[in-house]
Amino acid sequence: MVKEVMTSNKAVAEAVRLAKPQVIPVYPITPQTTISEYLAQYVADEKIDAKYVKVESEHSAISAAVGASGAGVRVFTATSSQGLMLMHEILFAAAGMRVPIVLADANRAISAPLNIWNDQQDSIAQRDAGWLQIYVENAQEALDTTLMAYKVSENPDILLPSMVCLDGFILTHTVEPVEIPDQESVDKFLPPYVPEHAFLDPNEPMSIGNFADPDYYTEARHDMEVAMTKSMEVIQKTCDEFAEIFGRKYGLVEPYKTEDADIIFVAMGSLCSTLRVMVDQLREKGEKVGLLKIRAYRPFPTEAINEAVKNCEKIAVIDKNFSFGIGGALYADMKVKIDKEIYGFIAGLGGRDITPEAIMEAYEKTKAPENDVTWIGLKEE
Amino acid sequence: MVSIGCVIKTPGNSKNNKTGSWRTFKPILDKEKCIDCDNCIIFCPDSSVNKQHDIDYDYCKGCGICANECPSDAIKMVKE
Amino acid sequence: MDIPDKDLLAPGHRGCAGCGASIAVKLALNTLGKNTVAISATGCLEVMTTPYPETSWEVPFIHVAFENSGAVASGVESALRIQGKDDVNVVAFGGDGGTVDIGLQSLSGAMERGHNMLYICYDNEAYMNTGIQRSGATPYGASTTTSPKGTASFGEDKPKKNMPMIMAAHGIPYVATASIAYPEDYVKKVKKAAETKGPAYIHLQQPCTTGWGFPSEKTIEMGRLAVETGSWILYEIDQGNFEITYRPEERRPVKDYLSTQKRFRHLNEEHIEKIQKYVDAECKELGL
Repeated sequence: MVKEVMTSNKAVAEAVRLAKPQVIPVYPITPQTTISEYLAQYVADEKIDAKYVKVESEHSAISAAVGASGAGVRVFTATSSQGLMLMHEILFAAAGMRVPIVLADANRAISAPLNIWNDQQDSIAQRDAGWLQIYVENAQEALDTTLMAYKVSENPDILLPSMVCLDGFILTHTVEPVEIPDQESVDKFLPPYVPEHAFLDPNEPMSIGNFADPDYYTEARHDMEVAMTKSMEVIQKTCDEFAEIFGRKYGLVEPYKTEDADIIFVAMGSLCSTLRVMVDQLREKGEKVGLLKIRAYRPFPTEAINEAVKNCEKIAVIDKNFSFGIGGALYADMKVKIDKEIYGFIAGLGGRDITPEAIMEAYEKTKAPENDVTWIGLKEE
Repeated sequence: MVSIGCVIKTPGNSKNNKTGSWRTFKPILDKEKCIDCDNCIIFCPDSSVNKQHDIDYDYCKGCGICANECPSDAIKMVKE
Repeated sequence: MDIPDKDLLAPGHRGCAGCGASIAVKLALNTLGKNTVAISATGCLEVMTTPYPETSWEVPFIHVAFENSGAVASGVESALRIQGKDDVNVVAFGGDGGTVDIGLQSLSGAMERGHNMLYICYDNEAYMNTGIQRSGATPYGASTTTSPKGTASFGEDKPKKNMPMIMAAHGIPYVATASIAYPEDYVKKVKKAAETKGPAYIHLQQPCTTGWGFPSEKTIEMGRLAVETGSWILYEIDQGNFEITYRPEERRPVKDYLSTQKRFRHLNEEHIEKIQKYVDAECKELGL
C-alpha cells in the first residue's frame, strides 16, 4: 500500500491498472482526458498488458468495448458529457447484451450552450440504460469504486455494466492523498473475468446480440430489472468484502447524522463534502440536520434510503441536473419511492459553485417551503 | 425464460425452421443431364443442395436460382 | 470450387427466396472456415439469421447496432489478439447502408487503425431491411421508396458513392470489389484478404430480388449482367497494385442490365444514355 497525492482521474487510472482489463478503447474529452492519457502511458510503459484501441469517437469506444467484452475479456472505457451522449444508444445495447463493462464518467454539463464544467446531467440522462451508476465523492472513493464496480458487474447474478460517476474538475482535476492498494490484495479481491454467459470462441460458437421478437423481449428486459434489484445486495456484499481487505467502508448510501435529524439533505457526488461541513455548522447552531449521500443511484436503494430517513420530518434533495417541468432526477425518484415531505433544489449547473450560502438557501426553503422545486442562486437580472 | 442477454448457444439451430413450406415451385433435378458443375450448390441461398446434388426440400424456398444457373437444363421448376 | 460438407451459414434463415446476402455470407464463411468470428451490422443479414432462440451462424457471431460494426470488430479483434488468438479470422459484414452511410466513420477508424480483419460490404444498393430506401450506394436513376420516380423525379439523382476507392485511400493492404455472380473470383479475394496481415475490405455487389424488382431465380443472372455491362467492375488493389480481375469479352450495353429491373424500368432513353456515359467513363478510368 502506497499513499500518493493525485487527482480523481489518476485514481481511476490507478484502479484500472490494478484491475487489469485487456482491452481499453477510449477517446479523449474534457474533463476525462487525463484518464485516457494515463492509460495510454501505462500501456506504452507495459504497466498494463492491454490493447489500447485508439478509437475515432466515443461511439466507437463503447462499441469496441461491447465487442471486446462480448469476446470475453475485461474492458474499461471512460468519457464525459457529449461523449457519453454520443454513446447513448450503445449503452443500452451493452446492458441488454449483459456485458460487464466498467466506464468512468467525468460528470460534465451538456451542450447547448457549450460548457465544459461540472454538473451531472450527462450520466443522469443515461439512467434508464440498464447500467449501475455509482456517484463518488473523492479520489479515494473513485479508485475504490472502480475496483468494486468490476466485481459487482462481473458477478454472474448481475452481468450489467457499471458507470463510475465523478464530478468533472471538482474531482477530476483537484488533488488529494490517495491510498493505492497493492496488486496482490487487489488480485485477491478481484479475480480474472471468466465469462460463461457470452464469449466468442470458435471452439464453442455462440451468437450474441440477437433479434428478439415480442415473445422474448419483455422477459429479456425484465431479467435486467431482476439483476439490477439483486445488485443492491451484491454491492453491499462487495463493499463489506472490500472493507475487510482494504479497511475502507462503503455502502449503497452513506448517512451522516441522520438519526435524530429533522431535515436531511440528500445529494450525490462531491457536493456531499460541502454538505457535511454545512451539517456540522448548522448542528453547532442547534439545527437538527443530517446528510444522506446517495452512492448507488442505479440500482435505486429505496430500502436503504427509507432506513436512513425514517425519523426525519423533511428532505431537501439537491440535484445537479433537471428534467423539464419535474425538477431534479434524484428528487423525482425520491418523490416516487420515499413517503416523506420532500423538496427539490436545482444547483451547480454548468459548473456554478454550490456555496454555503446556496445550501443555506435550500435549508431555509425546506424549513419554510414556497415551492416543491427551487432553482438555487438563479440570477434574476 | 430467456438466456442471459438472449445469447444463443446452439449454433446453426435455425435448421429448426423448415423454410420448405414457403415454396410454391419445386426444383426437380434430372441427374442424367447433370454435368457436376456444382452451380446449384454454390448459388443456393438456403444450402439445400448437397454434394451429391440431392435437393433438400425441408429448406428449399423454391427461388429457382439453381434451375436458372444450370448450364445443362437439368433442373426444372414444377408447381407444388 | 471446393464444396464443403456443411455450410457455415445454416439454412432455415428468414432471407427472401433468392436472397443474395445469404449466398454472399455462405461463400465467405465457407472460405474462411470454422476458425472465424463474425460481426454483423444491423440489417437484413442480422435480422434474418438471428431470430432468438434460433441462429444460422455456425461460427461465433456478434451484432451490436447498425452503424458500428467496424468498431465492434475492432474490439473483438483486440480481445482475440491480446489473448494470443492470432490465427482466428475476424470478418465483419455490413450492408451498403451500414457501410457507406451510417457506418462509414466507424469503418474508417477500424481500417485506419490497422486491425487484422476483413470487412465485407454486401451491397444491394439500398436500405432493403426497412423497405428499399435509397442509400449512398444507390445508383443513378434507381427508383426507391425515398428516391421515388414521379412527375418531377426520375429516381435517385446522384451516382453511387465510390466506397472501394474511399477504402483504398486509407492505404490498407487489400481492397477488392466482387460479385456473388462470380464466386470463384470472390472466394479467391476472400482467401487473399484472410491471408493479408492487417485490414482488408471487399465491396461485394449483391443483387436483391425484392429491392431491385426481378424474379427470385435471376439473382445471379442480374449480378452477371452488372459485370458484363461494366456497371460493376471486378478489381483488386493488393498492396497498392491495382488489377482488373475479370474482363467481359465484349461489354454489353447497360440497357440490357437496366431494362430487367423494376427500379430502372421508368428511365427514358436520355437517362439510359447518361448512365451509359457514366459507365463508359468509369470503365475507361479503370482500364476496362
